[in-house]
Amino acid sequence: MQGNSTGRLRRISASKMFWPFVVLGLILLFNLIFTKGFFNLDIRDGHLFGTTIDILNRSSQIMIIAIGLTLVIATHGIDISVGSVVAISAAMAALLIGGKLVLRGDVQEYVTLVPMPVAILAAVGVAGLAGGWNGLLVSRLKIQPIVATLILMVAGRGVAQLITNGQIITIYYKPFFFLGNGFLFGLPFTVYIVAVVLAFTLFMTRRTALGLYIESIGVNPTASRYSGIKPERIIFWVYVFGSICAGIAGLIVASNVKSADGNNAGDLFELDAILAVVLGGTSLNGGKFYLGGSVIGALIIQSLTTTIYAQGVPPEITLVVKALVVFAVTMLQSESFRKMVFGRFVPVASATPQKESV
Amino acid sequence: MQTTTRPLLSMSGISKSFPGVNALTGVDFRLFPGEVHALMGENGAGKSTLIKVLTGVYKPEKGEIVLGDTEIRPESPQHAQNLGISTVYQEVNLCPNLTVAENILIGREPKHHGAIDWKEMKSRAETLMFEKLNVDLDATRLLSSFSIAIQQMVAIARALYGSSRILILDEPTSSLDETEVEQLFGVIQLLKQEGLGILFVTHFLDQTYRISDRITVLRNGELVGEFPTATLPKLELISKMIGKEYVELESMPRTGSLSDTKDRRVPYLQIEKYGRKGYLAPFDLSLHDHEVIGLAGLLGSGRTEMAKMIFGIERPESGQCSIDGKKMRIGSPKEAIDAGIGFCPEDRKAEGIIEELTVRENIILALQAQNGVFRFLSPKKQSRIADEYIRLLNISTPSADQPVRNLSGGNQQKVILARWLVMNPKVLILDEPTRGIDVGAKAEIQKLILKLCDEGLAILFVSSELDEVLRVSNRVAVLRDRVKIRELTGTDMNEQVILQAIAHGDENARQ
Amino acid sequence: MKMALRLNRKFLPLTVTILLFLIMYGAGSMLYTGFFSLQVFLYLLIDNAFLGITAIGMTFVIISGGIDLSVGSVMALTTMISAALLEKSHMSPALVIPIALLSGSTLGFLMGSMIHFFKAQPFIVTLGGMFLARGLCYVISIDSISIKNTTYEAISQARIHLPTGQFISVNVLIFLLVIAAAIYLAHYTRFGRTIYAIGGNEQSAVLMGLPVGRTKILIYTMSGFFSSLAGIVMTFYMLSGYGLHAKGMEMDAIFAAVVGGTLLTGGVGYVVGTVFGTLIYGTIQSIITFQGTLSSWWTRIVIGLLIFVFILLQSIFSSREKKLGSSAPGSGGRKMVRRVLASAQIIAPEKE
Repeated sequence: MQGNSTGRLRRISASKMFWPFVVLGLILLFNLIFTKGFFNLDIRDGHLFGTTIDILNRSSQIMIIAIGLTLVIATHGIDISVGSVVAISAAMAALLIGGKLVLRGDVQEYVTLVPMPVAILAAVGVAGLAGGWNGLLVSRLKIQPIVATLILMVAGRGVAQLITNGQIITIYYKPFFFLGNGFLFGLPFTVYIVAVVLAFTLFMTRRTALGLYIESIGVNPTASRYSGIKPERIIFWVYVFGSICAGIAGLIVASNVKSADGNNAGDLFELDAILAVVLGGTSLNGGKFYLGGSVIGALIIQSLTTTIYAQGVPPEITLVVKALVVFAVTMLQSESFRKMVFGRFVPVASATPQKESV
Repeated sequence: MQTTTRPLLSMSGISKSFPGVNALTGVDFRLFPGEVHALMGENGAGKSTLIKVLTGVYKPEKGEIVLGDTEIRPESPQHAQNLGISTVYQEVNLCPNLTVAENILIGREPKHHGAIDWKEMKSRAETLMFEKLNVDLDATRLLSSFSIAIQQMVAIARALYGSSRILILDEPTSSLDETEVEQLFGVIQLLKQEGLGILFVTHFLDQTYRISDRITVLRNGELVGEFPTATLPKLELISKMIGKEYVELESMPRTGSLSDTKDRRVPYLQIEKYGRKGYLAPFDLSLHDHEVIGLAGLLGSGRTEMAKMIFGIERPESGQCSIDGKKMRIGSPKEAIDAGIGFCPEDRKAEGIIEELTVRENIILALQAQNGVFRFLSPKKQSRIADEYIRLLNISTPSADQPVRNLSGGNQQKVILARWLVMNPKVLILDEPTRGIDVGAKAEIQKLILKLCDEGLAILFVSSELDEVLRVSNRVAVLRDRVKIRELTGTDMNEQVILQAIAHGDENARQ
Repeated sequence: MKMALRLNRKFLPLTVTILLFLIMYGAGSMLYTGFFSLQVFLYLLIDNAFLGITAIGMTFVIISGGIDLSVGSVMALTTMISAALLEKSHMSPALVIPIALLSGSTLGFLMGSMIHFFKAQPFIVTLGGMFLARGLCYVISIDSISIKNTTYEAISQARIHLPTGQFISVNVLIFLLVIAAAIYLAHYTRFGRTIYAIGGNEQSAVLMGLPVGRTKILIYTMSGFFSSLAGIVMTFYMLSGYGLHAKGMEMDAIFAAVVGGTLLTGGVGYVVGTVFGTLIYGTIQSIITFQGTLSSWWTRIVIGLLIFVFILLQSIFSSREKKLGSSAPGSGGRKMVRRVLASAQIIAPEKE
């Protein structure tokens, strides 16, 4: 590898995280030029306020799901049920918290039906159970991940409806709203939730052997098993973790909307989350994964949506734009496309040629 | 003979390069009608590239190809096929979910009023298989319900159906047993008589001498020469293929019968009556430290199965094993590893290396697995260990952070070996460790095995090359059809005895 | 005797599917009066024709080893385009229908090209297609557009009476035509067999000289076409164009294919199976409707459970196939070859 500047540039551009940053940068640049007041930050009611803050807040749900999903995808798996798990978790929280009108002294107040921490644990716990179901199907019954998680994706909303008894349950308990709407030290509370989840995941994957195991299993589970790793166990827990992340996101959703709608909560979340992971550089085939990339991917998606609104473009266009992003990413990640367009300069991670089997 | 007729195919001055690698430089190749022409060379010589140029997968930068009287430029496998050049690959490239008839005829199905005529297809396929290849089967059965040998026949049938003039057989015998090889050769003779030109690629020297009329040798992308088989002695062929390195190989001492006194000692690994119905007949095996036991036998005789059972990949139905005197049941690779056993699998790519991970990560993987999730080896520690073994085993790689898939076969094998050596194992099971590796690396690995044995390891060495097994082992166990039939030591350890044992396995019962 | 067993094994998944349908229909008949009538059965076809058509398209895609997540959105887009052209631009149905069919086919063609030329993953590309189609729907109109066109109304209300008195709709006729065409395509054309080949082993298909690229692009184009056709059928059924139509229908189509015996890994699948899969879907919905008190979300749970059961069966049967060692090297073929060589007296006959 060359030590001069072109070599370093090539190495940086070869890093899988480079492109997500570039794309995000381009979006922000666009807004800098074309959106008035995009980067404005005010302080109101003791917390930061502005479009960028808004983006951070709204992208938290997908970010958290994407973090969990990154690990699932890294094992050469996929989980398309996360949207339904969001609905289940939201439903659980809403059911257990709800809000009973109670007289405290002279004031009417809403209290939760069940202590909030318990409700939160229950919601996340149910999500974990859902993940366990998926994990069992994939790791023990050896069912293909897309098929296995298809089951819960389809049935999950039914389960959510079961929990809410077909109604939309409204939450009245104020402290719960803090999760999705509150601010801490000026920043939205959701940012902290993301930070904690990200920090935890980063620690577990990079400071323990877990990350190595996951990547190894994703590339070659047989060789991993022959090296003493137990792929089944890790795959199981990865799905559980993915669903727990979805469960946490479900809490934020319920808190944001102050209700739980079994039918619509988490709608299309799985697709956004998968898109975020792919944008972030992790391959759908498994192997090396990039948690930071997935977070940036989620930011990209949310920034796009916000940019569209900010430009006064009808919000329906969002879907079309998302589609174009999908296509753009696909083409950029495709070697054949890069060869066609960039020709000589191909910023691919492995610059050395593979040994041909001659 | 062939020299009086004009060549069917003539490739001249073919050059093809990839970024950083000159795969072929000015290579010539001729093929006459009715002859079998073997293309030989070690890995990296350019055989596969030459074939891909001929079949249109690659386009050469220089050189020309003349088929019959016309110059051709194959654009794709389909185009090459249309020109009359058919290929049967080592991994039978057919569709297992389709019937035999479809596999033979798809792309040129007989039609009846525009729709596929299934009856006609079945009859044509069965006729072709029977008349040209002497195989009688029901062509409406799925291809996957037949053995690899038959599948290969179907692949050949497909090649023939397209009225080919040239048939390329790329390592066709790797998955066949002796009877099936015989049958294949019979078919090749039939095809010769029909005037086909057959390009035969193999690394089995004996087969080359049995079947080919002429041999072309490539080395490092260059043409060494074209020779009539009858006038080229084996030694000379090998030296043309590998040049100087062969001297190293010959000069290695045969270890043969060092082990007589060692039999008195307690074996480190003792297997008693391990077996599983339909998989392996119950067998005994004992491995002592400072000893190499070779497993000899034909393809399908159960050598890999034995290795996998010892390593815990396959569970035995009966029997038990003792490690260092202690009885135990090994039910998973993890348990085997904890007992001090390491395993280099036969299929490096599918079961050995983790392609996208770096050399460093591949080397420390088993060690890390044993440490457990929380005792994580820091990147610095990983690098230290990796660098040490890269040096020790002479692994050729620009850095330890290369994805291991960029390495050559020989170096990949060394990486897997390193993975186990890091663990300081007591037992090392090596399944075909030198397969598909050039002779230089082969010699290195064989020397390494002997060195490890000297240092105290017990090694179980599986190989289809009897030569190798005899060179390296102290004792040889012979397998046949999933049964361990004999164990040989001392003067019994020679090719004759082993081949006889394989041929007449029952004799053991009478002894 | 052995021949019969071997035949059975190939068609086992199909048999299971048909059995399941009969069981479900039987259960419905026993539980609810009026269920066991020809008209109720025909309603299955009437109400689920569009699902069936798109599921058939999906079957081909899955057989080739891919997947198409855009089908539901393309259906909705087709309804929207049809409604807009009919009601806003006042075009005649003779023009509208071809344009509508073209829309899905074009999108399918673009997706197929991307999947082939850029070697992209079908999951991701058709995901993009799904966003695009849905988005275009809303760009045309956020609200639904009712169709008042008289031709469409006539077709929608038409009842074709069978000699026994029951009736079917035009949609059912279209569905039956599609089934026939699809079966012909799958079993009697080179294109169809190439689809199976690609699903079995794409690399081999390339080396065998099959036009894999062209076929792949055509598969997705065809899926788009079927989705559009299903969309037109849905337009007849709903008499409106709406962005929320066919929401999640891609999953229902996958359900019908999977329960119909199509392996998600590719290479295996039958059009007839998918038809029965569609019928099973319809039966579940009918039973729940007949039940009356259960909300429709129970459908989702039952469907999910059924997919589970089928997947389980698929994996059990495929692992049993492997254990029987039919493809172990040298086993069956070797014996047969020995017999042949022995009969030719090339080798000594083996004592069994």
